[in-house]
Amino acid sequence: MSPLHIQQGSSKHSAYELRDPNSEVLERHTLAVIVANEPGVLARVIGLFSGRGYNIESLTVAETDHKGHRSRITIVTVGTPQVIEQIKAQLGRIVPVHEVHDLTVEGASVERELALLKVEGKGDARIEALRLAEIFRANVVDSTLESFVFEMTGAPSKIDAFADLMRPLGLCEIARTGVAALARGGAA
Amino acid sequence: MSQQTNAAQMTGAKMVVQALKDQGVEVVFGYPGGAVLPIYDELFQQNEIRHVLVRHEQGATHMAEGYARSTGKPGVVLVTSGPGATNAVTGLTDALMDSIPLVVISGQVPTFLIGTDGFQEADTVGITRPCTKNNWLVKDPDNLAETIHQAFHVATTGRPGPVLVDIPKDVQFADGTYTAPKMAKVDHYQPRVKGDIEAITALVELIEQAERPVFYTGGGVINSGPGACQLLGELADSTGFPVTSTLMGLGAYPASGKSWLGMLGMHGLYEANMAMHDCDLMINIGARFDDRITGRVNAFSPNSFKAHIDIDPSSVNKVIRVDLPIIGDVGHVLEDLLRIWKSRGRKTNKESLAKWWRQIEEWKAVNCLAYKGSDSIIKPQYALQRLEALTKGRDRYITTEVGQHQMWAAQFLHFDAPNRWMTSGGLGTMGYGLPASIGVQVAHPDALVINVAGEASWLMNMQEMGTAVQFRAPVKQFILNNERLGMVRQWQQLLHGERYSHSWSESLPDFVKLAEAFGCKGIKVDHPDQLDDAIMEMINYDGPVIFDCLVEKHENCLPMIPSGNAHNDMLLPSDDVRAITGAGAALV
Repeated sequence: MSPLHIQQGSSKHSAYELRDPNSEVLERHTLAVIVANEPGVLARVIGLFSGRGYNIESLTVAETDHKGHRSRITIVTVGTPQVIEQIKAQLGRIVPVHEVHDLTVEGASVERELALLKVEGKGDARIEALRLAEIFRANVVDSTLESFVFEMTGAPSKIDAFADLMRPLGLCEIARTGVAALARGGAA
Repeated sequence: MSQQTNAAQMTGAKMVVQALKDQGVEVVFGYPGGAVLPIYDELFQQNEIRHVLVRHEQGATHMAEGYARSTGKPGVVLVTSGPGATNAVTGLTDALMDSIPLVVISGQVPTFLIGTDGFQEADTVGITRPCTKNNWLVKDPDNLAETIHQAFHVATTGRPGPVLVDIPKDVQFADGTYTAPKMAKVDHYQPRVKGDIEAITALVELIEQAERPVFYTGGGVINSGPGACQLLGELADSTGFPVTSTLMGLGAYPASGKSWLGMLGMHGLYEANMAMHDCDLMINIGARFDDRITGRVNAFSPNSFKAHIDIDPSSVNKVIRVDLPIIGDVGHVLEDLLRIWKSRGRKTNKESLAKWWRQIEEWKAVNCLAYKGSDSIIKPQYALQRLEALTKGRDRYITTEVGQHQMWAAQFLHFDAPNRWMTSGGLGTMGYGLPASIGVQVAHPDALVINVAGEASWLMNMQEMGTAVQFRAPVKQFILNNERLGMVRQWQQLLHGERYSHSWSESLPDFVKLAEAFGCKGIKVDHPDQLDDAIMEMINYDGPVIFDCLVEKHENCLPMIPSGNAHNDMLLPSDDVRAITGAGAALV
């Protein structure tokens, strides 16, 4: 039989963008899910991940359009290409879900996370913490004579790096928001 | 205008009944309780909607499923809060797995008691979230009617499924504005029904060239409607391609049709499974590559090009990677497919096709449904063959419970039309068949409705015989009684060293006396010579019958693809039944 004249990976002909279909390599994808802002919708999304055994690395949610009753859920997940496609299809099936965007494959995107880090210390360690905070453009949002609370915004990897540096200097507590992400460029 | 506005003011309870009427609901299956009393009060004061009082809320959901499957319309259930709702969970899950449209309305404690662990309070929307397509808790009477209309829309649009609307008691008492169905906002949920024309054209090209094609059809064809079934018949008959179907899809293509191979899968026919394994073009129409169908996934139809028509994108590439997905409603896609195929000259690869059919005839000759007959003991297969012969041509609907009898029914009963076969496929719910048969009978009062049952499954919801008697539903309970959990026993024989752990019942009821206790007829038969007369007596009796057919206790349901095996590695009746070991033993 002659093969189909359809290129694998051509989203025009297939239900989704098909990358290497049989890859077992784990990929990290950032999904933006636009949902109706109604009770239970977050539970529905989280229940899908736990019920079907998918991973959530990070999840953020907030209302983004008060008049239109829309919220935006940003999920960072890890899986094989097949699992990622399943996750997107399953999310798309949830009735109050309006749109599912895979920011990782839909072109370039920016990702930011906000973190608050509490560092306790005296003397040189305290001075070094403040110096490194400047290099990382972290702001001091609270201070006592023996502690700082730093606020920093950036890619998750930057926050990881800063936290690693702060650990020997007295990092005692950290709060992170999870990733918020948007596609680059003009069109929504 | 102001008059109209006034007319649209009513209590929440009245709105529920009005919304059901406006949705064309004729019958509701339900059970009253504290948190739904206002709705029951409204039901009492009208005559358009019939209410069938069940004996257990699980029964209500399965009746609604039977009603829905046999009519194509959504089944409606009304239950109270707390235990009423939790008892409905099994039926909701069953309907979700088998894509059956159900609308369940549950009462809830008043809004001011929610969260206080009130009497008969349960987090119903929380509990039913994973077992419904969508659910709603309505806290404002002004939103109630619109929500119910949306619920009907969601249940019946796209891939059908169950929905639930939870209504606190104070919302049922409160006044609000009624919204008519055509004013309800449903625009957001509109799944795509038309398939991509380029993909359909690509499938036509493949159909023209295929040497060893097979149609693998499922419940999606039946859910798409009688039109889709007709199109499937036309497509299969005009191309001459063989058709096999899942358990859920039986009847979509007539069993008397010339292209029919029989059911496929774990207990499917040898010729159907071999055709799936050896085909070069597999056209999946509205099926979902369930694990009962595929056997070992990495040995599933290794050399075929796979096309998959499905309305649900999440069904595609979930289990089996397909080469050509077509997202759309089966009816729409088949219509386009047929039109394009005809316009290009109705071509098929006739020579190869004839060779393919010769191969299929060889597989058919294996006679995979053969069993050893008996003069003294009723073989379950024989009982079903006689049931088939004696009910053929009648206006007949079959429901089943779950187990060996279900598989034998799928093998030995033949369906020439859709919506005539109601069985719990995905969830495998024992106790489904009796209430489902009542739901079917309510929808088709003059039809012959038979529940093919095993005694163990049947006992799980036997209280519903009370419903059958009260509502004069002359359902026939055809119980193949082996005094065993037959399928469990079979697996223990094959997989667990013949250690029959808790798979038999030592104190079964006397089913004839049980029938008399319920106020219906009981018939017991234990000899093949009496079988035909007994079946005719059952058919001709004007009322519900419990038919206790004592059958061979240790019969195995064959053929069988043991879990973990490939399609071409089946256990046939002619094989020595051997123990299954290794990886397969760990699978279900």
